[in-house]
Amino acid sequence: MAIEIESRTSLSDESGRGFDELVVNIGPSHPSTHGVCRVIAHLEGEVVVKAEPVIGYLHRGIEKMCENRTYMQIMPLTDRLDYVGSMYANWAYCRALERLADIEVPERAEYIRVIVCELQRIASHMMGVGASGADTGAATAFIYAFEVRERVIELFEELCGARLTYNYVRPGGVSVDLPEGWIERCRAVVQWAPDRLRELDDLFFGNFIAAGRMKGIGVLSAEDAIAWGASGPVARGSGVSFDLRKDDPYSVYPRLDFDIPVGENGDSFDRSRIRLMESIESCGIIEQALEQIEPGPVKASGIPRLIRPRSGDAYDHIESARGSLGVYLVSDGSPRPYRMKVRSPAFCNLQLLSKLAVGHTVSDLVVVLGSLDPVFGEVDR
Amino acid sequence: MNEYISAVHYADENVSSLEILREKLRAASPGLYPFFSIEFADGVLVVAPSNLHTAAAELKELGFQRFGMVTAVDRGDDFELVYRLQSDRFRVGMFLKTKVPRDEPVIETVTDLWPAADWQEREVYDLMGIEFRGHPDLRRILLPDDWEGHPLRKDYHDDSVIPRPDYI
Amino acid sequence: MAIVDSLTKGLERIPGGNAILTSVDALADWSRGQSLWEMPMGTACCAMELIACSFSKFDFDRLGTFPRPDPRHDDVMVIAGTITKKMQPAIARLYEQMPDPKYVVAMGNCTITGGIFYYDTYSVVRGADEFLPVDIYIAGCPPRPEALQDAVLQLRELIHTRSLAEGRTYERDLTLPGLDSPRAGTTDPCRGHLVRTTSDGGPSENAGTEAPDTSGGTPA
Repeated sequence: MAIEIESRTSLSDESGRGFDELVVNIGPSHPSTHGVCRVIAHLEGEVVVKAEPVIGYLHRGIEKMCENRTYMQIMPLTDRLDYVGSMYANWAYCRALERLADIEVPERAEYIRVIVCELQRIASHMMGVGASGADTGAATAFIYAFEVRERVIELFEELCGARLTYNYVRPGGVSVDLPEGWIERCRAVVQWAPDRLRELDDLFFGNFIAAGRMKGIGVLSAEDAIAWGASGPVARGSGVSFDLRKDDPYSVYPRLDFDIPVGENGDSFDRSRIRLMESIESCGIIEQALEQIEPGPVKASGIPRLIRPRSGDAYDHIESARGSLGVYLVSDGSPRPYRMKVRSPAFCNLQLLSKLAVGHTVSDLVVVLGSLDPVFGEVDR
Repeated sequence: MNEYISAVHYADENVSSLEILREKLRAASPGLYPFFSIEFADGVLVVAPSNLHTAAAELKELGFQRFGMVTAVDRGDDFELVYRLQSDRFRVGMFLKTKVPRDEPVIETVTDLWPAADWQEREVYDLMGIEFRGHPDLRRILLPDDWEGHPLRKDYHDDSVIPRPDYI
Repeated sequence: MAIVDSLTKGLERIPGGNAILTSVDALADWSRGQSLWEMPMGTACCAMELIACSFSKFDFDRLGTFPRPDPRHDDVMVIAGTITKKMQPAIARLYEQMPDPKYVVAMGNCTITGGIFYYDTYSVVRGADEFLPVDIYIAGCPPRPEALQDAVLQLRELIHTRSLAEGRTYERDLTLPGLDSPRAGTTDPCRGHLVRTTSDGGPSENAGTEAPDTSGGTPA
């Protein structure tokens, strides 16, 4: 961990006792697995009085690049935005494009998209929960979580050939149909996973050390969650029951029956635990979708190679593992977008770090950052 | 395809069409109406830049308490600012748009209404160069502090950029 | 290093000293190769594969490689992910903090040439070798964890060609196939990746004919 002591100032209060304020620079090479984030923490002793995240270490200029690429050429770039969840990053972009170009998606493709997105949610949350474990020192929890993630990634590898950046969800549907026997294998994984997830819940969140390290840390109230634009598990941990799958339903989610886990206290424990609970719910969603899926085309017919949408703009959003991921596309009728903007939930959630870490120790700051679960491809674009 | 505003129920209020939302806005702020036009076909409200803060405050009072995003589009002569607001109450999202001239890209901040706009406005300042008056801490966020220029503008020139050859 | 240099130069001069030097080198190279602690400089997507490689399914630890975030403890820096202009000074500084001898593995297309971000970006450094001396390149977007393990094995072979004495190298038959070896087109999926040593495939005839530049060619 690159900790560097930059300055030392001496303050004193009325009684004449001296306080030392220490400015500590944490990152950007972070031992935790969240990526390239730099936090400038002002400490008094070990207590944080001010924490300021500095981002931009992975700013690759994706939005500018998109202005010189056709709509299909942008697809692989959307994979690299939220690289822990490429499926739903692709899906958000495809939804915005389909809204702009008036493309209708066949039903089987919608079901496949839901199945694949929920599997991706499980994989992404396993990374989030595991990273929470690593932050509190429970590296074993990370390895246990990765077992579930590897099973899901094996399914994806069979489906589209890639382990991490899939480029599978395409405008108008998905790129290829499910291979033979994939549905049975997926069902096997989804029936095996909840027991494993409950075991992980018991082992990690039931452990009094993890509870002691995460309960009461980084408490976010419900009003602040709404005012600061938090979404996803960060908002749901504070009791704000806002989930786009229920509040602004899209695709075939209205036909599927599931619950939204909502926390009570708004601390890091709730936020991380909600991710695990959501993974269990996702297993239920996938099973229902596997029952309901019917044979049919997986891609809309008649989509030209060069998509030229109408002139105008469109915004569409989905519920990703981090919150509401939205894509705003502006078109001028040519095959390249005029402007593409990604509304990334991790970027909006990360603002909360400067508010949540105040009053806690440095080790708790790492726990808070982990519970916000940022992915810097999405934060920095 | 008007899925932006759909039929929802909230307690004793029944917002069943954009007419009713329009009436509510009209009733809430009659004095502002001569200054902006409403095109609710796509859920867009276009205002003059000087009225932006007032319109935003009105919308927040009305129920659009969730801030989605703010972004800017370089339209040549001016920058078009696009705000996306979400209402849990009406279960709709809507756009709030305004334009600022290119030679004087300054506009009021909305961070006093929605603190969520803090980093988003910093990003618009960083990449587009639009100044937000009243922002608590307006400085670069994604690019290094000593970067010159605003890359997302259409006339941004950088020698290190290698343009993609046109294959199509 | 000055003591080691003078010792090895002394050994080269005395009769029979070469045999001692060769065996000392063999021991040193073997022990270095067996326990390459890596600095996981993971910035973007490839970092996820780097992490997956360290865990139970692919298990990096059986090769002796262990992710250790502190540069002062590490031999290898694995740069996994896009390098931006803002991040470049941090990576250069961490490379300088690593003690000699150190090696760099560039993982993923972004660290080789800038990858998918080659065109139209204003803030990406097009390849790690613009400011660091890279030993092994792994292509892929992202490369499979097996490819990363293959890279460690090839790095071991590269280490075996080096010597404690400055300016001295060994010619060894590479046991892993290079690009123009008859075993290059095997069905092993790892070999399909463009994993090659700095000797450009083939036997190490020009592997390190000049002294390895471990002082780091980093800009100020």
